[in-house]
Amino acid sequence: MKIACTVNGRPRVAHGVWEGSSLLAVLREHLELPGSKNACEQGECGSCSVYLDGSLVCSCLVLGGQAQGREVVTVEGIASGGVLHPVQEAFLEAGAVQCGFCTPGFVVATHDLLTRTPHPTTMQIREALAGNICRCTGYAKIIDAVHLAAERMAPR
Amino acid sequence: MKAAHPDALPIAGGTDVMVEINFDRHRPPAFLDLTRVAELSEWGLEDGVLRIGAGVTYTRLIEELGDRIPGLAMASRTVGSPQIRNRGTVGGNLGSASPAGDAHPALLASRAVVELASAAGTRRVPVHEFFVGPKRNAMRKDELIAAFLIEPAHGPQQFSKVGTRNAMVIAVCSFGLAIDAERRWVGTGIGSAAPTPVGAPEAESFIQGVLDEDDLWQKRAPVAESALARFGELVAAAARPIDDVRGTAAYRRYALAVMARRSFTWAWNEYLGAA
Repeated sequence: MKIACTVNGRPRVAHGVWEGSSLLAVLREHLELPGSKNACEQGECGSCSVYLDGSLVCSCLVLGGQAQGREVVTVEGIASGGVLHPVQEAFLEAGAVQCGFCTPGFVVATHDLLTRTPHPTTMQIREALAGNICRCTGYAKIIDAVHLAAERMAPR
Repeated sequence: MKAAHPDALPIAGGTDVMVEINFDRHRPPAFLDLTRVAELSEWGLEDGVLRIGAGVTYTRLIEELGDRIPGLAMASRTVGSPQIRNRGTVGGNLGSASPAGDAHPALLASRAVVELASAAGTRRVPVHEFFVGPKRNAMRKDELIAAFLIEPAHGPQQFSKVGTRNAMVIAVCSFGLAIDAERRWVGTGIGSAAPTPVGAPEAESFIQGVLDEDDLWQKRAPVAESALARFGELVAAAARPIDDVRGTAAYRRYALAVMARRSFTWAWNEYLGAA
């Protein structure tokens, strides 16, 4: 089947998609957007987090066809024109990237958190990122990075 | 459409369905994308009762209805993660009919009603009659879940869940409680501790008896420890748990008694404080 949707602000069409494919598979295998990672395929790990019509979702749990006509923003759409987003800068600076596999999901989830809650407490960060798993267990620095990004994006 | 394609698999948030598809446990001949049906994501009041579309997400339940149905909102907050709550729906929870579904104890405690729609019309099934077996419900193949009906809270409500983390867990066991101070009822719901979600009617009658006998409703007086303990025992006795990967039957019975006692105490204290 054919799926047409807006991805990172541009109209895109994926052809020859299997009806049971997830949005994640459409992004990675048909639209050459491998930033969203494929790990658990059951919504447990958050490494495939994207925005669907402005809402943070696991793209592995969205049926490809459900994205028809909708607006998708992936981690590739978070930076603009080759310039890293403050969230991405903060992750780099705080050393919140170890193997890096979970990072795209954390970046999108953090972006969503800071959009809604510009100055989150550590508890709020933990709750907002509860669906993102870092198997290197580098959570302390990830939380540092979120605080740092919050400070940069909306100084008190 | 469901009548024409009875084998089509309805999909809303996809948080259960897509796992089955991704792991190739199930290959349906067709999907029915319920996110295209705008009415399913609406809610409103009907003669004082909330009619909530099956496609309203947990996030919206918490944000838009948290003050009116606090028990279900508390349960919704324990669902998965933000990503899951942004997609998952009570309709999907009812459709999957897992004994561990987080919404179910709260729906049972509030005596909610499920609205089923088909080409033949609409019927409403009390949630107590909706679950007929593990992952089986009272729906016919030509039916879809349109909405559920639940009264705005007439008193304090609680929800407790045991799991290994504060997020992303399937309940080891869970308990929902609703105090209806207008009708002087106490509602209960047990999750993950029987082949289906179940209520604890004997525990409900017992504690209502205690509250009525000494007119604790009017006096707004605390409930005796012995009565709370008995309430917990009766809730545990209503469960039919098994040993599985998440916990043993004995642990589930023990935890249910503790959750029931504590939940009632929290809710009753809230009732006392609301004088």
